[in-house]
Amino acid sequence: MHEYSIVQSLLDSCEEYAQANDAINVTKVVVKIGVMSGVEPDLLQTAFNTFKEHTMCEEAEFVINIQPILIKCNACEQESTLSKNEYGCPICQGVDVDILDGEEMYLMQLELE
Amino acid sequence: MCTDCGCSITEHQKTHQHLQDNPQLNDKKTIDVITKILDKNDHEAGHNREHFNAHNVMCINLMSSPGSGKTALLEGLADLADFNFGVIEGDLETNRDADRLKAKDIQAHQIQTGSACHLDAFMVHKALHHMDLDAMDVCFVENVGNLVCPASYDVGSHLNIVLVSIPEGEDKIAKYPVMFRQADLILFTKTDLLPYFEYDMEAEKAMARKLKPNVDILEVSTKDEASMKKVANWIKFKMEMR
Repeated sequence: MHEYSIVQSLLDSCEEYAQANDAINVTKVVVKIGVMSGVEPDLLQTAFNTFKEHTMCEEAEFVINIQPILIKCNACEQESTLSKNEYGCPICQGVDVDILDGEEMYLMQLELE
Repeated sequence: MCTDCGCSITEHQKTHQHLQDNPQLNDKKTIDVITKILDKNDHEAGHNREHFNAHNVMCINLMSSPGSGKTALLEGLADLADFNFGVIEGDLETNRDADRLKAKDIQAHQIQTGSACHLDAFMVHKALHHMDLDAMDVCFVENVGNLVCPASYDVGSHLNIVLVSIPEGEDKIAKYPVMFRQADLILFTKTDLLPYFEYDMEAEKAMARKLKPNVDILEVSTKDEASMKKVANWIKFKMEMR
């Protein structure tokens, strides 16, 4: 259940950006959660709803965009989205691939007022 | 001249400026930020790594379920490794793991996390103040026993070793992909128990390599010194590569 500590970091970041932009409220928070980031979106939503009280994000809409694994194959140079947890190129079956997205979690966008 | 109303009072313009800065008069605005949510942890982890580098110490994060044999592995390494190591121990409660290691003359510091399910870079940083890094070549971080949460937190290690023991049963790698994806070395532990369990080792290894094609894998039993020596050799090899 590390979603609670992740939300704490997220709320801290939101407040810092809001203060730096002289805002008084955050009205929308958009995050991108990689399917292999180790975060369960439902739990993240629950944690956000619990911890946003008495913060600048109290009234904020919380948008979670799920990011599948995106790879680039170094053999055939094609980009692919993986549907299974099998880290290989679905086109040429090569295993020398770069992970472009899907393993991290990002704060993407804030709406401030 | 004031650009807002045309008056020539300079002080007045300051007032206008102040009005523009007043957030209550501003409309909603959307800003793109694109920051890692665990940005601060990652920054602190980078700081820890620099600290290890400055002392020429390689840091290894040991992760597994509770009871997979992390502490037993370290006790075993104490008897045969030809490098010096210290251990930062993470558990919810008790100093028992650190005490077990100190009994083997290993430098160890216990972090009690209370209810936290993982170690983060800040906890490890604090623990570093209790470690004499000049007296070691390798610093292990023995993470809280948990196959989920520790996988999301960089603690500043150079390498991750993930253990999975035979009695835990099959499919652990498929069920906890985020954790095993983080592994530089997967250790199958307690292999002396293989005769007593239904365990398809080759299928587990194949699963691991689907998840991470270049991962290193070793089978180990603390009762088999040759298998323990292989772990020590892997670590030694990695030290020489740095």
